[in-house]
Amino acid sequence: MSSQPEPAAAAAQPEERRSWTEIAFQLGALLGLILLIAIFAFSSSSFLTTGNLAGIARQTSVNALLALGMLVVILTGGIDLSVGAVLALAMVVLAMVITQAGLDQSIGLLAALAVGAALGMGNGLLLTRLHLPHPFISTLGMMNIARGAALVITGGASISALGGGIVKFIGNDEIRLGSGDGAVSIPIMLFVVVVAYIAFYFFLNRTVVGRHIYATGGNPEAARLSGVPVDRILVLVYTISGLMAGLAAVVLAGRTDSGYPNAGLGFELDAISACIIGGTSFFGGVGTVGGTLIGALIMGVLRNGLNIMSVDTNWQTVVIGTVIIAAVYVDVLRRRAGQSR
Amino acid sequence: MTTVAGTGEVLLRMSGITKRFPGVVALDDVRLEVHAGEVLVLLGENGAGKSTLMKILGGAYHADAGKIELKGREVKISSPRDALDLGIAVIYQEFNLVSQLSVMENVFMGREPRIPGRPGMIDWARMRRETAAILKELDLPIDPGRQVGKLGVAQQQMVEIARSVSANADVVVMDEPTSALTNHEIIQLFRVVRQLQARGAGVIYISHRLEEVPQVGTTVTVLRDGHYVDTVAATAPIPDFIRLMVGRDLTKQYPKERVEPGAEVLRVEHLVRRGVLEDASFSVRAGEILGVAGLVGAGRTELVRAIFGADHLDGGRIFVDGEEVSVHHPVDAIRAGIGLLPEDRKTQGLVLLLSIAENVSMASPGDVSRYGVLDLGRMAARARGFVESLRIRTPSVNRLARSLSGGTQQKVVLAKWLASRSRVLIFDEPTRGIDVGAKVEVYQLMTTLVKQGVAIVMVSSELPEVLGMSDRVLVMRGGRIVAELTGDEMNQERILAAAMGQEHVVAA
Repeated sequence: MSSQPEPAAAAAQPEERRSWTEIAFQLGALLGLILLIAIFAFSSSSFLTTGNLAGIARQTSVNALLALGMLVVILTGGIDLSVGAVLALAMVVLAMVITQAGLDQSIGLLAALAVGAALGMGNGLLLTRLHLPHPFISTLGMMNIARGAALVITGGASISALGGGIVKFIGNDEIRLGSGDGAVSIPIMLFVVVVAYIAFYFFLNRTVVGRHIYATGGNPEAARLSGVPVDRILVLVYTISGLMAGLAAVVLAGRTDSGYPNAGLGFELDAISACIIGGTSFFGGVGTVGGTLIGALIMGVLRNGLNIMSVDTNWQTVVIGTVIIAAVYVDVLRRRAGQSR
Repeated sequence: MTTVAGTGEVLLRMSGITKRFPGVVALDDVRLEVHAGEVLVLLGENGAGKSTLMKILGGAYHADAGKIELKGREVKISSPRDALDLGIAVIYQEFNLVSQLSVMENVFMGREPRIPGRPGMIDWARMRRETAAILKELDLPIDPGRQVGKLGVAQQQMVEIARSVSANADVVVMDEPTSALTNHEIIQLFRVVRQLQARGAGVIYISHRLEEVPQVGTTVTVLRDGHYVDTVAATAPIPDFIRLMVGRDLTKQYPKERVEPGAEVLRVEHLVRRGVLEDASFSVRAGEILGVAGLVGAGRTELVRAIFGADHLDGGRIFVDGEEVSVHHPVDAIRAGIGLLPEDRKTQGLVLLLSIAENVSMASPGDVSRYGVLDLGRMAARARGFVESLRIRTPSVNRLARSLSGGTQQKVVLAKWLASRSRVLIFDEPTRGIDVGAKVEVYQLMTTLVKQGVAIVMVSSELPEVLGMSDRVLVMRGGRIVAELTGDEMNQERILAAAMGQEHVVAA
């Protein structure tokens, strides 16, 4: 798996000699993704069509965004179970701002982001101020609070017909490249995801705060004794995770033209899975943006490919569970190989 | 010196024991003999090899050479399990107890009595009965069903001892058993040790408290620098023990150069941290190395951590360059120009998963970034500068800190504080776990630094190091600074005496 912590990533020329097996392990997840694509491409002629690939992009976007937020949290050794529920609350708030308050979609978008960031910051403060023993607990509580709140304010009903505007543009529009039969439609949300991944790559690898996130996860005590404001970093990562849930809510609202309180059920587990398949360590300090993208793509490609091959959805869940375990086992093997060097 | 003959049969004989670690010979041809009913006190300074020898006996380490005989029969001990099966019980300073379980479950851990004919079923009645019998025999008023975590430290230790009795151990090793006990509890422990003696067990007892030796021991074996020195009766005068433990050429290993001290850089007044630190005051000047000596648990690490803002202070004032600074977090101390090289580099000094370059810049990221964005080139260049000036042996500054040896890691921590322009450097056990060659390098760096006007506070358990490098020595005991020694007063006898409470308070 690609979980080798890349110190100062881009600039770090790997001056240590690596064997081919090591390189294979490094690229493990990427090779797995390529293999998957090859298998599906051979099995079905409809897999590698531009329409289907755009479909994969659409299906993967929400999870890819949530996984980015989850990555920064897991890098500090934490976990955020609330992202699915926070997404739902942000989504219904967005829908209510547009439909009931009658405001522009841009206000709805900002409201969703604000709701996500605020709840995320709440997670961080519960952890650092109330000293709850583990983020599993604070975010488990927040998950229930957010889901309950979403049901309460909507009375359990979904809100549809959000009209036009920035939300619809992000979640539903496409850019057409070329013309005639060779035209390719690229969903706008794909650009959102690409921009987010580039921004996070830069943030985590090139900024002081980004490296402080790795330091906090790698060794909180050493980080604290080096003057890293560990508590502030923790509040920040949960805020980021909440913010990404808000952004994912915007994408989902635009795509479905609605806000519904049962949105995002189980999404937190998909986001965690993407991080783990991408080689993020649950102990903190190890994990990359690239790996997370590959993890999210593996999940998206797998679901889509199995759909095309008309594998039963229940069986798809079994397959994904197997992939998670296999991915982590490869990581264990890689680590062992690295240690015996 | 006369060699003392034991009384009962020889239970354990270790001979020719040699153990090498990369770069260090920890034990060289060491021998030791324990008789039935004997309490052998193992004496030696930190680093003399006591713990290593006991880890070999307990199966945690393997000797490179040497022989272990139990009751005249040569044995191979390749794991802690082997040691237990052979009747050797080692009670480490950190107890191996499961605090959520009961006393009897801990006593019988791994050897739970089963109900005959019913596989996997524990015979609770028998377990309770036998535990109660052992506790009664040792005269310990502990309920076998009590949860271990609810017992005090002393009683937990008794549970460990009860376990060794229930396992029918012939040889019981106790590593600094009294370091966490009150006087009353120590008396109780000694009584239990005498019970073990009466049962015919042999006890190996490691302690730094010399006053305990005649009270608990029958015989004393002294180690120094991994060598066997002598075995004497426990009734010998205490200064004799100190003389045997001390005694090596101090000058060569310590490249000390006296620097004319400059202005006072750090002064602390009446520092208090409830329970660990009482009314500590001292100052240190530019160009000076201030040694802080004392036994383990005397409050030395607590003192420096509190100054650095790593732990909360209940009272006291801190001055840097004569101006009071309020330190609530390491950030405040770092800003004031203080750097801490902690005792445990791996868990407190470095982020092992990050590169050398990132660790070097961790305390001063502002110097290599603009608007929060790191200049990777500058960060690497700065690290390369320190790699050169501190002679950090690494092929690249992008190497993970994890891949470095102990001495090299210490240099990286030092580089971190030099990068943040610290003017007071606090070294907590600067050479622990570092091999001899690298130690000298660390000392040379300290000398270079004081010549440049840095003030150094050095906490150390190694007396030769304290004496070899310090200009002045504070001695701590029980959370207090009990002595300040300079000039001719700075000798091992005076320091040991103050640290062990054998001398009247000199000055504070």
